Amino acid sequence: MADAQSGRSLVVDAVTHRYPSGALAVQNINLDIKGGEIIALLGPSGCGKTTLLRIIAGFIAQTQGRIIIGDDIVDALPPNRRAVGIVFQNYALFPHLSISENVGYGLAARGVNKATRQREAQRLLELVQLPAMAERLPRQLSGGQQQRVALARALAIKPSILLLDEPFAALDKNLRLDMQIEVKRLQRVSGITTLIVTHDQEEALSMADRVAVLSHGKLEQFGSPSDVYDRPQTLFVNTFVGSSNRMPGIVVSADRTAAKVRLDAGAEIIARPAGGALTEGGRVTVCIRPEHLQFVGDETGFAGVVGMSLPLGATVVHEIKTADGSGVKISQARIGETHALENGAAVRLAPLAPSLANAFPATF
Amino acid sequence: MGAAPASRDVTSYGMGLAAPLALFFLVFFVAPLLQLLWLSLHNDTAALHWGLGQYLHFLTDPFSLSVLGSTLLLGAEVTAVCLVLGFPIAWLYQRVGPRLQTIIILIVLLPLLTSVVVRTFAWIVILGRQGIINATLQSLGIIDTPLKLLYTQFGVVIALAQVQMPLMTLPLITALGRIDPNLDDASCSLGAGSWRSFFKITLPLSLPGVIAGCTLTYAAAITAFITQSLIGGGQMLFMPMYLYQQASTLQNWPFASAISIIFLLAVLAVVSVFTTLGRMSRGYGGA
Ligand SMILES: Nc1ncnc2c1ncn2[C@@H]1O[C@H](COP(=O)(O)OP(=O)(O)OP(=O)(O)O)[C@@H](O)[C@H]1O
Ligand SMILES: [Mg+2]
Repeated sequence: MADAQSGRSLVVDAVTHRYPSGALAVQNINLDIKGGEIIALLGPSGCGKTTLLRIIAGFIAQTQGRIIIGDDIVDALPPNRRAVGIVFQNYALFPHLSISENVGYGLAARGVNKATRQREAQRLLELVQLPAMAERLPRQLSGGQQQRVALARALAIKPSILLLDEPFAALDKNLRLDMQIEVKRLQRVSGITTLIVTHDQEEALSMADRVAVLSHGKLEQFGSPSDVYDRPQTLFVNTFVGSSNRMPGIVVSADRTAAKVRLDAGAEIIARPAGGALTEGGRVTVCIRPEHLQFVGDETGFAGVVGMSLPLGATVVHEIKTADGSGVKISQARIGETHALENGAAVRLAPLAPSLANAFPATF
Repeated sequence: MGAAPASRDVTSYGMGLAAPLALFFLVFFVAPLLQLLWLSLHNDTAALHWGLGQYLHFLTDPFSLSVLGSTLLLGAEVTAVCLVLGFPIAWLYQRVGPRLQTIIILIVLLPLLTSVVVRTFAWIVILGRQGIINATLQSLGIIDTPLKLLYTQFGVVIALAQVQMPLMTLPLITALGRIDPNLDDASCSLGAGSWRSFFKITLPLSLPGVIAGCTLTYAAAITAFITQSLIGGGQMLFMPMYLYQQASTLQNWPFASAISIIFLLAVLAVVSVFTTLGRMSRGYGGA
């Protein structure tokens, strides 16, 4: 699809939206998206993802802020003049039109003649690997096939921005993986700036060049998948993306790059101050991922007692009860029979490295 | 019974439940209809001689045919007025908040909550020579002499349209409510303007409601004896009144029966045209 009008940049500039009902769905969001990037909007249900998408598409006029596509401020343009392709979560194919007419709909609205429309629809259907379905009605297609048609329909207008609202949520796991690869392939070939809304963190991390994590209408972090996963800036991001143990503690000493924290579980560890500077004596929450904990033999770590062990295929997860009564999960690669740990055995745990423990000021 | 497959059980159960209604229909609908047919096949008022004379009389009599024609035309006019006025109301209903929706539904249903006679007399007050419309227009100096509104086709159409409006609006509201609102957004984001979206997406998908509404309105309008007679006065004759005169006043039961059968067939023909149109449009099974 070298002919696509590809690579337009998208700037979301201080956008806030309050619904007439009073719900503040989106609060002061700033995103600077380069042409050709693929971005994931990640967040829990109700955090404002769809609202932001609908603002970019032009279905909702935001209460504050600007949307800039390429060099144009598009706030005054209605959706039909923004050249934004959108794939809805429920596909929203026109039920009374054939697949070919669905795909050609945008071209018909642009006054393209019927023969050209059909040729173009056929080309796009081949692109999404559905060449033989042109004459069927949408209800005669499976969910995955409808998804592909919706994608072809959005691509037909050669959009400068492609928006996908939870595009794979309704598909089963294998089909979802196929479609993720498919979309990524189409995006790479066409170079269309793409925004994918999802609440599936794996999808966000695997597909996107950069991930924007939202919570309660606010942007928590906007960065590369490894930034978001390895260097989370807020407690929310740390716990929402991937799984994480949350361990309360008190700061013993701190500078900009490292903090010594006394955990309530009973050990002093070195952690990375992830959410900004920490004050001595302040309470913090330390996040350590299960795969970043290790068993230690000496007196360095904190003590605990082995509870449940869950063999999850390639890894084994042990649940450890710590001295302060909370539970901590540790995940280990399964090598031979090393996972066999006695229920009730006393163990000691420590993070693999100081940079893998993130300390956030506690908010109570 | 216990050994019978479940599906068989369900069917026999359902048939049993339908029996009272079936009996009711048999006694009060099918039997009178057969009697009507039997009566209509007699050439004389005493119903002694068999023959197709009554039908021949109706179909060769220009007056009778003109009554049938103007009745069917009346139905078409009322249906058209209801559709043109009802569609925007139904469309609006799907786009406003819950409080306004309640108000719209109330306004739509109001005609059903008052008696036909009361509503019809209200229209006489509005349309009469010294009625509200004429008085207003005269006091504004727009007209000098009162317009003739009552006892005209126009008056009958307007009064009937108001009375039958709920029959059009309610199916339309249901049909429009079943359309996924994302379809309109999808159409718009693909570059279609509001009019294009309306004619290509909303209208075709609302066709089941349009068909249902038109059928109901049409059937109700052409058989609305009271409104037709009171607003039309003696000036206009429609099939229900024609029928009534033949049966009650002239005691010509075989001819009245033949009129009924012809009227019934004409209505069925129009309704099946509506239905066929609906089937042909692909929107019918689509929504
Ligand atoms: N039309 C509306 N009127 C009023 N409030 C709304 C409307 N649509 C959404 N909201 C509110 O705005 C907030 C954000 O909604 P939004 O649909 O953007 O969430 P989302 O992130 O897409 O969630 P999900 O993952 O469940 O789709 C929610 O609290 C929701 O209740
Ligand atoms: Mg959503």
